[in-house]
Order: sequence, then C-alpha cells, then structure tokens
Amino acid sequence: MAVRIQEADFDTGAELDRITKGNKKIGGLAVFVGLVREMHVREGLHRDRIDALTLEHYPGMTETALADIEAEAKRRWPLEATLIVHRYGRLEAGERIVLVVVGSAHREAAFEACEFLVDWLKTKAPFWKLEETPAGEKWVGAHDGDDAAAARWEKNRP
Amino acid sequence: MKVKYFAWMKRTVGVAEEDVTPPADVRTVGDLVTWLRQRSGGHAEALAEGAAFGAAVDQRTATFDAPIGGAREVAFFPPFTGG
Repeated sequence: MAVRIQEADFDTGAELDRITKGNKKIGGLAVFVGLVREMHVREGLHRDRIDALTLEHYPGMTETALADIEAEAKRRWPLEATLIVHRYGRLEAGERIVLVVVGSAHREAAFEACEFLVDWLKTKAPFWKLEETPAGEKWVGAHDGDDAAAARWEKNRP
Repeated sequence: MKVKYFAWMKRTVGVAEEDVTPPADVRTVGDLVTWLRQRSGGHAEALAEGAAFGAAVDQRTATFDAPIGGAREVAFFPPFTGG
C-alpha cells in the first residue's frame, strides 16, 4: 500500500515488478495510466489546442486524501497491494500523469478497485489542472461526468 | 491561523497563503469566508457568494458549517481536477 506525489516521471514496468516481487499471493494486477492528451477544445481551431498543462496540488492534504482513498479501497475489496503515483508540475501532451495499480488474488477485485481509485482520486484529491493553449492559460473546470462516476461508488458498495 | 488559496483563487486573491487572526465571533468556515471578503477586492472576488469553491480545515475537506476553533490551517480551492 503506497502513495507517492512527485514531479518526476515514473517507470510503469519497474513499478509493477516491485509490487509483485516477494508477494506470490497476487494473482493479477489491474493498472491505470493517465496521460496528458492533446485536445482541441473546438475541432479545427488551432488556437484552442492544449499543448501542456500544469498540475498544482496541496502538499500535505494530497497525501492524506490519497491514503484515505486507498484505505477505503482496502476496506471494500480483498487487496494484496495498491500503488498510486501522481505527478505535479508542467506536463506536455503525451506525458504520464498518474499511475494506479491494484494487486489482488483474483481479477474482479483488482479491476473494480482500480476503477474505484481512479474515480475517487479525480474528485477527492486536491489537484488542479492549468491548461496551456496558443491563446493563453485556462484553469480546467470540474466535469459533471467525473462527479457521477465517483458518486456511483457511494451507492454500490460490494 | 494560516489561510491558503489554490489554483485560480490564489491568483485572484494575490497570495498563496497569509496569517490571519479573526475575531472570536468567527466560528465556522462560512464565518471566515465572510470575514476574509473584507480584506481586499481580490478576496471579495475569489470568495464571492455563488463562486464554486470548497474548503479544508487542517488538510481535511470541510463543509462551511465546520468549526474552525483551534484550527491551524484553513484552505480554499476550486473543485478538484486531478487524475
């Protein structure tokens, strides 16, 4: 069980190896890697292209919030291992932002807990995205879809 | 007590954090918001009624009716957009 907040990139393969090494009860890992995608706010309009973003966070609270989310996943599913690595700072299109890994004896728990962790960290961990476009900087607004995705886990407790 | 601001609120207020000593009748997060609005035009704009922002007391998410007595740090921020 681990949470890391860092500016540097991470090596997904090395992280997975580290989790499975020494724990032979893990039957499968579910992995989510979030990336900065190049977006066109309005299709075809060059000035709205998002080239990079800067992720700001709340040092101290971020670690606590992610540890709480991780503990909640562990209460709900039988998990052997979890890892959340979240980057901050300036990230360009194509770069990795976040890594969520869940190891369990069986795949159902791993898949479900991984999805839960991603949904909850989007709405409960203090990160903010500032987008860079050719027209200037713009703070990203919260997505109703993210709230809905997080909310379904409030009701559907396994 | 330390007050912190994040994302666009930090830019609107003009500082990332400040030390404040609110009077004794400022008992909740909501009271603090009302009191902080008087500090500057930037504060009034960032903490305006109807603006979409949340709060944390000592680094845990808190509602506006949460007490702040004894709190070391209160933070204000827009909705989270990580992941």
